Amino acid sequence: MFSRILIANRGEIALRIIRACRELGIKTVAVYSEVDAHSLHVRLADEAVCIGKAMPASSYLNIPSIISAAEITDVEAIHPGYGFLAENAHFAEICESCQIKFIGPSPENMKLMGNKMTAKNTMKKAGVPVIPGSEGVLKTKEDALKEAKRIGYPVIIKASAGGGGKGMRVCHNDVRLVSAFLTAQSEAEAAFGTPDVYMEKYIEAPRHIEFQILADEKGNIVHLGERDCTIQRRHQKLIEESPSVYLTEKMRKKMGECAVAGAETVDYKGAGTIEFLLDGNDFYFMEMNTRIQVEHPVTEMVTGIDLIKEQIKVAAGQRLPFRQEDIEISGNAIECRINAEDPEHDFRPSPGKISALSIPGGPGIRVDTHVYAGYEIPPFYDSMIAKLIAYGSNREETIKTMQRALDEFLVEPIKTTVDFHKKVMVDSDFQKGDISTHFIEKLFPKKEEH
Amino acid sequence: MNIKKIREIIGLMNENDLTEIEIEQEGIKVKLVKKPQGIIEQIVAPVEEKGGPAPVQEAPAKPQMQQKNIREVKAPMVGTFYRASSPDADSYVEVGDVVRKGDVLCIVEAMKLMNEVKAEFGGKILEISVENAEPVEYGQILFLVEPT
Repeated sequence: MFSRILIANRGEIALRIIRACRELGIKTVAVYSEVDAHSLHVRLADEAVCIGKAMPASSYLNIPSIISAAEITDVEAIHPGYGFLAENAHFAEICESCQIKFIGPSPENMKLMGNKMTAKNTMKKAGVPVIPGSEGVLKTKEDALKEAKRIGYPVIIKASAGGGGKGMRVCHNDVRLVSAFLTAQSEAEAAFGTPDVYMEKYIEAPRHIEFQILADEKGNIVHLGERDCTIQRRHQKLIEESPSVYLTEKMRKKMGECAVAGAETVDYKGAGTIEFLLDGNDFYFMEMNTRIQVEHPVTEMVTGIDLIKEQIKVAAGQRLPFRQEDIEISGNAIECRINAEDPEHDFRPSPGKISALSIPGGPGIRVDTHVYAGYEIPPFYDSMIAKLIAYGSNREETIKTMQRALDEFLVEPIKTTVDFHKKVMVDSDFQKGDISTHFIEKLFPKKEEH
Repeated sequence: MNIKKIREIIGLMNENDLTEIEIEQEGIKVKLVKKPQGIIEQIVAPVEEKGGPAPVQEAPAKPQMQQKNIREVKAPMVGTFYRASSPDADSYVEVGDVVRKGDVLCIVEAMKLMNEVKAEFGGKILEISVENAEPVEYGQILFLVEPT
């Protein structure tokens, strides 16, 4: 087992990793930018090294700085968390060459799964259903028109090299297609450095179901059930739950097997997530995330398995202590992402100092947060300040627990999405489980549309 | 107690309109007195240690210093601090040396690359704040220099 690990991240995930390390008896090294000097992860780590200025390029994305910090503190492994360098194959390669264990999959896994097209083709070969789409990159607008005819409208044009909504355009007919194709190309070039785009059938109101994978270095790969992340805004997840209201036991088994088959095909190691889109009873592979995810707590609550500890143990060469038949999903968990954003004003970020903070507690509640009263939220990073997770023996109970916890949650004076989540929790469609990725737009239409 | 802390205290005094403050910490006593003209004097004296915690790295007793005349040289990167280009070579600078802009002050080694840290302004080396071969983080104070 490692004796010292460096956490190449910040905020709540850095804290999460430090907690797992402490329980495993591993010493921790935190890295931080100048503006994060008073961050909780810095305070709670055994050692902390300032690595640069506020802007991520200068600090949390600064590979030489992070590797330097790893060398001077003599760590054996680096945990990249999520975001930042977590899916940067180049960083993983450098760690390898410096004889520092990168806690995650191999650089090859990351390269393969990082490119949406190669990921799709790989899964297709493994027998995993994929969304009907173009075989490769679309070079010309004539290609685009031909492909759209073949697939059938509506279609979506996507950037090969990235996500997050950039380089994406939905089209319902030929008229729109050409301009959408050209715009998507230039957006992709600007965001990811390459104009490569491809096309897929567009599923109007899909459910977004992802399966958690864990794989050790001896070839044992298991899935830990699904997470339903259908509630999103601009392709950013807001609420996640496990298990999904929508899946039958039969579908769960089938999708789980596909997820494991996909991971086996690429000889995956570590923690990962396979994302599917659900269209009625059909499911299609969408993408694979080669990192631990923000919403991992809901899986932890329903399986009783500590994913971060397992990640670390697997990286240290240990076998997973369970096989697929040992995995049991019990109860229900929901996570609400609390962001420092103002839902009344189109969710614009609301950084600043937290003067008063009261975090919910009691049975069935878990809060993963790095903020504290007096903490100044820096404007340079993402706006998530806490993850509020509720757990119960069934979904109805979990929702009630979440409702009372949201009522207890006090953050002043910055604006947060707590009230927004309260509205969702009392919505009858949500309670029925009747949701699609357009749920947010329907519940909170843009003010101009009134 | 070091320059950074003293600066913080001076800041606090100005913010809160204090004219006098006395602090004792880790075997060092500091008294800061703000004269009517606005110049701040510092009187730093070591208090008798009773086998207390290890003394701070910098020399504890200094003659009256004026805040304006000290500039810090900070580490531009993470790495290991070396005072000379190799173990047998002479140190680049010693306390009391006068350096010019562009002179090499030290090396910060990272990932097997030796990076020279050059003076961005001329002045006299008042203090070398890090021991040879010690690790440094981004922004850490390496030298205190009295600018010319």
